[in-house]
Amino acid sequence: MNNSSHTAATVYVPRDSAARSVGADEVADALQRAATRGDFAIDVVRNGSRGMLWLEPMVEVVTPRGRVGYGPVTAEDVDALLAAGMLDGAEHPLRLGLVDELPWLARQTRVTFARVGVTDPLSTQDYVDHGGLAGLRAALDMTPADVVAEVTESGLRGRGGAGFPAGIKWKTVLDCADELKFVCCNADEGDSGTFADRMVMEGDPFLLIEGMTIAAHAVGACEGYLYIRSEYPGAIATMREAIAIAREHGWLGHNILGSALDFDLHVRVGAGAYICGEETSMLESLEGKRGTVRAKPPIPAIEGLFGKPTVVNNVLTLTTVPMVLANGAKAYQDLGVGRSRGTQVFQLGGNIARGGIVETAFGVTLRELIEDYGGGTRTGRPLRTAQVGGPLGAYLPTSMFDLPMDYEAFAEAGAMLGHGGIVVFDDSVDMAAQARFAMEFCAEESCGKCTPCRVGSVRGVEVIDKIVAGTHPDENLALLEDLCDLMTDGSLCAMGGLTPMPVRSALTHFPDDFLGGRRLLDIQPIQPVQAIQPVQASGVRTEGTA
Amino acid sequence: MTTSGSDMSVESVVRRVVADHRGQRGALLPVLHAVQAELGHVPQEAIPVLADELNLSRADVHGVVTFYHDFRREPAGRTTVRICRAEACQALGADRLVGYARESGLTLGETSADGSVTVEQVFCLGNCALGPAVEANGRLYGRVGPARLGSILNGTLNETLDGAVSS
Ligand SMILES: Cc1cc2nc3c(=O)[nH]c(=O)nc-3n(C[C@H](O)[C@H](O)[C@H](O)COP(=O)(O)O)c2cc1C
Ligand code: SF4
Ligand code: FES
Repeated sequence: MNNSSHTAATVYVPRDSAARSVGADEVADALQRAATRGDFAIDVVRNGSRGMLWLEPMVEVVTPRGRVGYGPVTAEDVDALLAAGMLDGAEHPLRLGLVDELPWLARQTRVTFARVGVTDPLSTQDYVDHGGLAGLRAALDMTPADVVAEVTESGLRGRGGAGFPAGIKWKTVLDCADELKFVCCNADEGDSGTFADRMVMEGDPFLLIEGMTIAAHAVGACEGYLYIRSEYPGAIATMREAIAIAREHGWLGHNILGSALDFDLHVRVGAGAYICGEETSMLESLEGKRGTVRAKPPIPAIEGLFGKPTVVNNVLTLTTVPMVLANGAKAYQDLGVGRSRGTQVFQLGGNIARGGIVETAFGVTLRELIEDYGGGTRTGRPLRTAQVGGPLGAYLPTSMFDLPMDYEAFAEAGAMLGHGGIVVFDDSVDMAAQARFAMEFCAEESCGKCTPCRVGSVRGVEVIDKIVAGTHPDENLALLEDLCDLMTDGSLCAMGGLTPMPVRSALTHFPDDFLGGRRLLDIQPIQPVQAIQPVQASGVRTEGTA
Repeated sequence: MTTSGSDMSVESVVRRVVADHRGQRGALLPVLHAVQAELGHVPQEAIPVLADELNLSRADVHGVVTFYHDFRREPAGRTTVRICRAEACQALGADRLVGYARESGLTLGETSADGSVTVEQVFCLGNCALGPAVEANGRLYGRVGPARLGSILNGTLNETLDGAVSS
């Protein structure tokens, strides 16, 4: 940052991996070059992404009226934008208006993602100025048992998929007498359609450190591991840097924030195995072994990493804890429906016009997310299905899109909310191919420990192929049913146990795709994206081809 | 990391890497990542040395190396291109990218004959809102169509790509 010119305009360009994948670094470089040439006084700050990923790279300029956004910006656009007066928030075809007022963002309830995209992820000053550490400070003034009670009362459930109450897990660990206990954060995020863990690690890393530190205080742990998948080099680098900074500031290490708490945190990198997202498999991997699933009991809370009591929580679970402690359980409880309290970070991906992050209270419907926030398909073709909850989740037909996002409502409908990822497909999708892929994926990623999963998935691919080829379809459909039953009942973990979910939902809702009753559309799904009409912000807004 | 000539034997690299990770609990994965970062793969000769250093059986080390997709037993091409084949990218035609690679004579999981490129499949790169996603030599690309994949594969993609992504 350039401190010499205090009149310089502050311009934010995301450092989020998704934004970088469509040219954010080049935009930042172009701005930097203009500043170096001396034409303009600019401080470029690399923030996280606001989650409006279809507008990336989105550039924000700080003006007296607030932060004005422009996007999607290419490096070639930069000179013209500067000439048009972007630094004063001037009009331009790419101008989006005041970012905080964009309807897509303004309608959300951002709790976990409150700071993501707003602050400089590695600035401790920004972090504290925007409410950081308030949760940890509150927790350190409380006994561990009271912290656990607060988390239990908030109704916070694990965000890694299963939705197990966080407070109950923590209490089990707290009640163990061992000297050595661990807090492990599951940042394996292998599900297709999920990227919220990555975005919060890249966009607000101190929040995860704070959440893990609160967990350590609550259960009496002094050592923590953060298991990040190797596919996320950006998150790995950011978390490593943030941990080093946190140590320097006394936010990790001995006597954290002047309290009696000692806690240190280590990053461990996965090695490309989906199953290592399963918690016991992750623990095996952390111990330096093959990532095979352990039978439960014993549960990790009692015998976890190296046989010691261990909290295993997802990134979003842990990054929600600071808010619960800072604002109290009640504030969190007040959001949501039924037994799904608080907010969920929904992730819109696949064939969707406006993909990204929507954080809102549970109870919003799938249709609101896909059609209102997401704007329908990216190709502009009719919606056909959405897979919710990752590769082990169900494919839902549009007739079920009014389902509220709520753990129980989804379970009742034979589906799974999982990690909150929503993958949208248009009418060019072949559901038999998707079902086949679910089996293929299971065969590829099975840990191999039990037969229904290891062998059943391979058989599943063969049987689906036969059905599609029209070979004894009735017998083979019956066989597939049997196989699904066997995998559901006979698998040690949810990898084999839930693979039947996408398969069966595809069969139930789209039988014609399997039985040749539907002529598959021979269309090319990705043509250059047509003009996507994003949120109508205040002021003029025309399109850049996304 | 630079290694001087005398340091280049697999054994010395492995012993040095293990020494660097001595204090870590369950250090095998970080050690394997570090060995691969230096040598480009985990050669067969590394296995007995790792077993010796970490007090494990050779079978244990072999079992770990072969369990994880990331660890290679053979060197990769100069460029490694990974095409995402998971659902969100499928929804946007990821299979067309795989088909394109195949038509270009490249087989998933194999290195081209001239050693220039290894093409692999990957399941999700966390860029599911901006798919199809591809990663090349550690760099993530979004909204990749066949034309753009072609330039990535040819290594002709201008390093200062403009972000004006084409399909
Ligand atoms: C096959 C499989 C893959 C999983 N992948 C992940 C994952 O990538 N991230 C995650 O947090 N949980 C994943 N889970 C769930 C974990 O086992 C575990 O329930 C979770 O990490 C606990 O954290 P939470 O209570 O905060 O949700 C997976 C489970 C299974 C069966
Ligand atoms: S169900 Fe599959 S992944 Fe799970 S333990 Fe059995 S073999 Fe391993
Ligand atoms: S499915 Fe391809 S990046 Fe997630």
